[in-house]
Amino acid sequence: MTGPGTPLVAANDLARHFDVSRPLLNRLLDGIPRQILRAVDGVSFGIRKGETLSLVGESGCGKSTVARLVVGLYRPSRGSVVFDGTDMAQLGSRAEAERVRRRFQMIFQDPYASLNPRWRVGRIVAEPIVVHGILSDPGAIRARVDELLVQVGLSPADREKFPHEFSGGQRQRISIARALSSNPEFLVCDEPTSALDVSVQAQILNLMKDLQRQLGLTYLFISHNLAVVYYISDRVGVMYLGRLVEVGDVRTIFGQPQHPYTRMLLDAIPDLEMSGRPRTPVAGEVPNPIDPPTGCTFHPRCPLATDRCRREAPVSRPAPTGAMVACHAVEEGRLPPR
Amino acid sequence: MTMAPDRTKLLEVRNLRVEFPMRRGTLVAVDDVSFDIAPGEVLGVVGESGAGKSMTGAAIIGLLEPPGRIAGGEIRLDGRRIDGLPYEKMRRVRGREIGAIFQDPLTSLNPLYTVGRQLVETILTHLDMSEKAARERALQLLQDVGIPAAERRIDHYPHQFSGGMRQRVVIALALSANPRLIVADEPTTALDVSIQAQIITLIKRLCREHGTAVMLVTHDMGVIAETADRVAVMYAGRIAEIGPVRDVISRARHPYTEGLMGSIPKIGEAGGRLAQIDGAMPRLSAIPKGCAFNPRCAKAFERCRAERPEPLTVDATDVACWLYDPAPAVRR
Amino acid sequence: MDALRRALDSDIYYSFRRSPVVMLSAVVTLLFFAGAIFAPWIAPQNPFDLRQVDLMDASLPPFWLPDGQAHFPLGTDTQGRDVFSTILFGSRISLLVGVFSVVFAMVLGIALGLVAGYAGGTIDAVIMRVADVQLSFPAILIALLIDGVARLVIPQELQHEIALYVLILAIGFSGWVQYARTVRGSCMVEKGKEYVQAARVIGRHPVAIMLQHVLPNVLGPVLVIATIHLAIAIITEATLSFLGVGVPPTEPSLGTLIRIGNNFLFSGEWWITVFPGIALVVMVLAVNLLGDWLRDALNPKLR
Repeated sequence: MTGPGTPLVAANDLARHFDVSRPLLNRLLDGIPRQILRAVDGVSFGIRKGETLSLVGESGCGKSTVARLVVGLYRPSRGSVVFDGTDMAQLGSRAEAERVRRRFQMIFQDPYASLNPRWRVGRIVAEPIVVHGILSDPGAIRARVDELLVQVGLSPADREKFPHEFSGGQRQRISIARALSSNPEFLVCDEPTSALDVSVQAQILNLMKDLQRQLGLTYLFISHNLAVVYYISDRVGVMYLGRLVEVGDVRTIFGQPQHPYTRMLLDAIPDLEMSGRPRTPVAGEVPNPIDPPTGCTFHPRCPLATDRCRREAPVSRPAPTGAMVACHAVEEGRLPPR
Repeated sequence: MTMAPDRTKLLEVRNLRVEFPMRRGTLVAVDDVSFDIAPGEVLGVVGESGAGKSMTGAAIIGLLEPPGRIAGGEIRLDGRRIDGLPYEKMRRVRGREIGAIFQDPLTSLNPLYTVGRQLVETILTHLDMSEKAARERALQLLQDVGIPAAERRIDHYPHQFSGGMRQRVVIALALSANPRLIVADEPTTALDVSIQAQIITLIKRLCREHGTAVMLVTHDMGVIAETADRVAVMYAGRIAEIGPVRDVISRARHPYTEGLMGSIPKIGEAGGRLAQIDGAMPRLSAIPKGCAFNPRCAKAFERCRAERPEPLTVDATDVACWLYDPAPAVRR
Repeated sequence: MDALRRALDSDIYYSFRRSPVVMLSAVVTLLFFAGAIFAPWIAPQNPFDLRQVDLMDASLPPFWLPDGQAHFPLGTDTQGRDVFSTILFGSRISLLVGVFSVVFAMVLGIALGLVAGYAGGTIDAVIMRVADVQLSFPAILIALLIDGVARLVIPQELQHEIALYVLILAIGFSGWVQYARTVRGSCMVEKGKEYVQAARVIGRHPVAIMLQHVLPNVLGPVLVIATIHLAIAIITEATLSFLGVGVPPTEPSLGTLIRIGNNFLFSGEWWITVFPGIALVVMVLAVNLLGDWLRDALNPKLR
């Protein structure tokens, strides 16, 4: 049972390492060691019921890996995902796993790859209903599929069509209908609008917000687009090289960003208001995650870096704004006003 | 039909029409598009996928993918027609007078040669100078586009550069023969936000320094707002609105532009719903009669469904919308 | 009805209609299949029914030559059998062996390819190394080997009866590698796509994902290989039969007919071997052309 304070979903020190070594023979011949990519390296967060937590960061920061860890597509190398008090790694029987599994769903980025091209829309949307044995009568299933299609703004007649007959935005609606068909409480959305045009993106974002209100859904939302994140989120986590550098309420993160990386990201957003604010070009690029910098991984790009930053990885602590920030400069009060 | 060379216009596009003959009939990807670019000006061309913005760019640099072809209109560079030039002649214009930057920097670079060699070869093809001078120029270009330790990196291969650095090399390549116009098709789309900012600042600075005009094709209004002097908004192969960037962004005239601006989430605005345009851009095979936007337009009236709007000048902006026709119109 | 209308409207049908060579190949292939299936009803004589064969008709030339008779259009062999009829019955055996060995190779190859591609790791490595080893021997050698082993272990009296099945297994087994490699490759591509991940999130069993999601999406290239493989299988069968290790002479295939006729080539009765030879060439060519077209038609990059 979820109380008001306890999170519905929690990640505790979640980590996922990938072995990206060359094949054994090449390693022996060229004398190169094993290479481990720490895609996610110790990420903790909680998502309360009915809330949207967004993870934002540049490509390669591990945000999509977190999404896949949470839904169980990857097994964590360390740490755990707890869903409504149940540790996902400790699920015993298949029946128990099934019961938990139907309570969450995922929406993917590429609307052209996320639907089986050989299946009709009706079968795609009905798949979770059938697999979880929610309904068994074909008539009832069809009625439910129709209801779902209408709910996401499509028509019941679309049931008989194939995915290639739809535009990108409509396909994303089909994806959403499929995700909703098992009546889940929690949706993991991995860049659901980044392959769409802006006007279609607005339709999908509005739909997701409406559905959240109507159905009381909880979202984990992954995006690289800060404006989208601002629009959809209650809380925001900023990731850099496999770690969460700052987590907090959306207004706090966007209004009083603490971590130098968060500030840098916000400064890099193109200015639509044309206020003439010079956009601060950011120095440097994301380092190679196979061989990350020592200490705080952001130090080579950070204007506030000191010896301590180069030596010692910072721990996440509450900042005066209420956000959790992993930064020595914030902790030491060296942060310049913005 | 000869036009007097107009010094205020570097590029003139008149009634450009690009067609794709398909087996089920001809698709019109670009339909009656006209615009100019002045020397040193940055023209943004913005639109959603399928609007015809990339096709317009490709037609100008003579790189339309077959079976696409220019079916009408003319393109003039400095008063000289460049559409329909034979391949060899067009190749000389491209590179010497028009530089090109594409979305994916990897496809613009040959993975088998060092970036230095590619730059030197491009310079020698288009400019009359010694190999030594060309290499010096290549080095200078790499420094100009902000590649650190350029003396060393000039002998590196493309795969040794990161995505952002590669795009810088492509920009250096596009600038190598000192072209008067650069056509940049989604130059920042494949890059991360923080790198995007660097590349945009770079393009702006270089164009100012070299006096190069830019046609910047993108779907990102933010990039346009930061970079362009004027902007053309395209919809279903036609220009809906073209004018100074400030006017188009803050006082959009065309209902489509207005909807497009409203659908962009903005940081700092209170939550609630985004303005949305219902429906989707029509497929090229089913472009509606009259104004292509009319089925999605809340302000559409009789005439929009029957008659195709011609560009009408409102202040400094040209809008293809019947709402702005001063003639007494039959409105509901 | 709806499906038919869609098929007639498809790009593949369009490219089919635009190529006369392909349409001709399809007609020829269809004629061979029809001839093979309906041989007992359309052949002028059943050459293996001794009551219908008369030794007096032996070694008659085709009808347009002197001594030729109209009811033996392509002449007769040295035992008085009608060559045209033996070709019809022979292609029946050739196509039977060809089709069933292709089906066997296809099922085996798809199954192993799916498992290798989906499971990855050690299982994948083992299956693909076996495939590599097999690929380093010519297919005909593998078939010969299996055929030889079968002859060793199967009792003499059964050999004639099951020779056909042994042949099918031998030829089928020599051809599974192509399918496995292609299916594995496509499977690895499809596996990474988000619709498969979506099915995993729902909690579907890996076998269900393989059969319902991945398999339908990798069948395109398999169809192409199967068509081209059919031609190869028919040739392999003919080769084996020509070498005398194929089907027994009591049920001759085209290859057997060519071998038998070969003995009379220099005694003047050329028609006994030449007509089955032409039939084989035309059949294989037609199937091959069809396969080539299908490969191009299904590959959007070549269109």
